[in-house]
Amino acid sequence: MLVKLAAIFFSMILVNNYVLVKFYGICPFLGVSKKLDSAVGMSGAVIFVMFMATAVTFPIQIFVLDPAGLSYLQTIVFILVIAVLVQFIEIFLKKYIVALYNSLGVYLPLITTNCCVLAVTILVVGDYGADVESLGFGIAYIEALICAIGAGVGFMLAMVMFSGVRKRVEACDPPAPFKGLPITLLAAAITSLSFMGFGGLVENLFNVTL
Amino acid sequence: MNIASAVILCTIVGAVGAIILVAAAKFMAVEEDPRIEEVAACLAGANCGGCGYAGCSDYAKAVVMDGVACDKCAPGGPKAAAAIAKIMGGEASAVEKKAVVQCQGNSEHCKPAYDYTGIQTCAAAANLYGGPKTCTFACIGLGDCTKVCKFDAIHIVDGVAKVDKDKCTGCGACANICPKHVIMIDAGGPRKPVVMCSNQDKGPVAMKACTTSCIACGMCERTCKFDAIHVVDGVARVDYDKCKGCGMCAQKCPKKIILFPLKDNPYPPEPKKPAAPAAKPAAAPAAAPAPKAEEKPAAEKAE
Repeated sequence: MLVKLAAIFFSMILVNNYVLVKFYGICPFLGVSKKLDSAVGMSGAVIFVMFMATAVTFPIQIFVLDPAGLSYLQTIVFILVIAVLVQFIEIFLKKYIVALYNSLGVYLPLITTNCCVLAVTILVVGDYGADVESLGFGIAYIEALICAIGAGVGFMLAMVMFSGVRKRVEACDPPAPFKGLPITLLAAAITSLSFMGFGGLVENLFNVTL
Repeated sequence: MNIASAVILCTIVGAVGAIILVAAAKFMAVEEDPRIEEVAACLAGANCGGCGYAGCSDYAKAVVMDGVACDKCAPGGPKAAAAIAKIMGGEASAVEKKAVVQCQGNSEHCKPAYDYTGIQTCAAAANLYGGPKTCTFACIGLGDCTKVCKFDAIHIVDGVAKVDKDKCTGCGACANICPKHVIMIDAGGPRKPVVMCSNQDKGPVAMKACTTSCIACGMCERTCKFDAIHVVDGVARVDYDKCKGCGMCAQKCPKKIILFPLKDNPYPPEPKKPAAPAAKPAAAPAAAPAPKAEEKPAAEKAE
């Protein structure tokens, strides 16, 4: 069991990295990766919101949408829930955990419309929803949460790595048509290519099938 | 039936979410000082970050909560500072801030030390023997400031950055990025003089490096009646709290590098003569170079 959870966690970071392999959340990836500290702040907020959003949406899917035969409403309901949740978390943190509120700062409300948060909640249902019948809700729920945290940490890894890449790109002198976003996208493509090399790594390392 | 249940479910989820948020906003409301919003309304709203805070609202918060000075909003200028001071119950003493480049080492005055062909940014060029000019304190002239300026107010003219004082808002972005630190933001307004050189070398070295350098002779220091200008680290600097803007230092400077860059006519006023006939002013320019020639050797001796 623990081995499987570890495998899920690390495969979400390296093999199925949401930004560099699955191409979700490209807008914050390009927009906020200019400075290291804002990249870390944004990633911290994403990890937190991914975990909370999955913790709420997974039971909604299993206990409300699936029994009622309304799973095609997944996207719209999840967006609603995530939007409410992020707003609620912001109000809650402002009142009770001011230190965390200050460190997440402006990035928290930005995540309301972040596609990688929605992607995590939807893909997690697809991947681990089937485990509810075979392993029971408790274990499937833990798997889903571990997967969500892994996805968030993977996002952080991509952001932090790429802010380093960007620093080098800013200092160099590309041909005029490549200046700015084009050269950044090229650098992102090469970074993404390097992550393709991790394919199959985790399955062999932990000797499990995911 | 299916459509009805879908609509009902979405409505319920939306309504529950709305109720939760309304309840949370009511019961977990954080009392914020109403002055924060008032202060934010006075600011320019450009979110330029020139004040050193994350944005206008962040600075407004710092003003109200931490008692930060009210004159940091450069685009808002003295008007914003006065309005904030009124809200906070204090007095504004702000002068409008403008950037001043403390270097005049263009191609005529300061020769290149080597031919630089590397990355065309000041930050990169500064790492190679302190820059490609003979004076290692000089403006490099590759335009990092031009790139960072949001207001199109600073440009490279003949190898030296020049500020368009009408467009400049004094946000300080250029001063922060300049690797040579030759840009000053807090010169005391158009009536106060600025030493237009940043060279900290000793007199003879500075003299050789650039023909328009401060040679630290101390003439300005001896001239000033208000103890407002001093030679610090080999270069004269004005203390704007004490300076009255009389311009005596500018007149006496043997290198004529103390100017009024924020005035329309940056050159110091001619020395006042006791009521003279109309023929006298013609003689004044001729008289000006003479003391200059005398003072130069004196300055070198002083070193």
